[in-house]
Amino acid sequence: MQSTSILIESLPNIAGGLFTTLGLVIIALAVGFVVGLPLGVIQVYGGSSILTRALSRGAVLYVWFLRGLPNLVLLFLFYYGIFPFLGIDLPPFFVGATVLGLRSSAYQSQIFRGALLSIDQGQMHAARSLGMSRALALRSVILPQALRISLPAWSNEYPILLTDSSVCYAIGVMEMLTRASLQVSRTRAPVPLYLATAAIFIIMNYLGMSILRISERRWRIPGFGGS
Amino acid sequence: MDDSLRYILEDLSGPLLQGTIASLKLIACSVPFGLILGFAIAVGWVYGNRAISGLCKVYVLLVKGTPLLILLFVIYFCLPSLGLTLSPFAASVTGFIMCNAAYNSEYIRGAILSVRSGQLIAARSLGMGRFQAIISIVLPQAARRALPGCSNEIIYLIKYSSLAYILSFIELTGAGKMAATRSFRFTLVFSVVGLVYLTMVTLASLFFMWLEKKFAIPGFERSRD
Repeated sequence: MQSTSILIESLPNIAGGLFTTLGLVIIALAVGFVVGLPLGVIQVYGGSSILTRALSRGAVLYVWFLRGLPNLVLLFLFYYGIFPFLGIDLPPFFVGATVLGLRSSAYQSQIFRGALLSIDQGQMHAARSLGMSRALALRSVILPQALRISLPAWSNEYPILLTDSSVCYAIGVMEMLTRASLQVSRTRAPVPLYLATAAIFIIMNYLGMSILRISERRWRIPGFGGS
Repeated sequence: MDDSLRYILEDLSGPLLQGTIASLKLIACSVPFGLILGFAIAVGWVYGNRAISGLCKVYVLLVKGTPLLILLFVIYFCLPSLGLTLSPFAASVTGFIMCNAAYNSEYIRGAILSVRSGQLIAARSLGMGRFQAIISIVLPQAARRALPGCSNEIIYLIKYSSLAYILSFIELTGAGKMAATRSFRFTLVFSVVGLVYLTMVTLASLFFMWLEKKFAIPGFERSRD
């Protein structure tokens, strides 16, 4: 009975961290998209000049580096090391969001790379022969298809980021897990509080995936892929 | 620069080496059980009766939806109230196995479903029991198809092993954190720590590429282009 009253008392505080958690996820998804899309494009279409070839190699290295490090190490590296070294003084929330976003950009770039490669080369040739520049063809012929093809794989970044966001606990971002652990140290009732936090994550995961599935159906290219 | 190098060689290499060994212990204890449990869940999901199949589904749904860190907290902080106290190491390994198995089971399940059902019928018609047919006909093929996915998960596990530090088990990340807090050279220390993880991840992915080639059935490999 006592654990029920603790739960009722502490849950609003923990659930309040939902906004922080979702903030981390949304910023990270956005950063990952903005950084990841050019990285994907340059890996597929780079190579025509020395500059783009160098950029393409750089992108491969960037992806290898960010995918090879644990989130926790990246967080510590940026929070205690690189940002203070550069004199950037960001609150933990933004450090967490940036790190999650950069890491996601490495993964997202591979999703976009795959989608771009799945578009038949002939389309680029056809667009060029109609007088379009490579950039215009990319923007108005290739990308509108590639982005829609990449949506199902891209949706998977949401549950990954949602669950990974809890690692920001380690640098003291006031997201749900941090709040839960503070409430636990106050009330000494880990069982109801951690289970409730896990339940909120599971529900958010399920809700988010449902919304993304709807948007996949909404933007699917008619006649392409899936039933 | 010279000073940094001396610091790495003299002060950092010892703790980081111990940390790396601790990390490898975590990984080595988790991977085999993660695979075995993953196989069990996948077989239960596909071939089990309604109750077993449902149980496997719920397990995968719950574990995949929960952040690994919260799973670790539940195991480490909640189980003692049920009278089961685990050391940080045991709690971490348990969490890694549970999480790894849930993700592995998805790949293994997909691989099992990709083996044509006629093979099971053929095996049964040759007089094999259902269990024997699954073990000796379906699973050897499914294991090969699940290998790329599972090796990805094992590589994730190498990285996620750093979360054991939050349960105060001192592995590579924890050793780095402690050394950096003493010397205040955070960028340097975490770059070195990162490099060790990169090395482990790269070696593991090379190993799995070799393994995939070694276990490929001639004539059955999927074309790469």
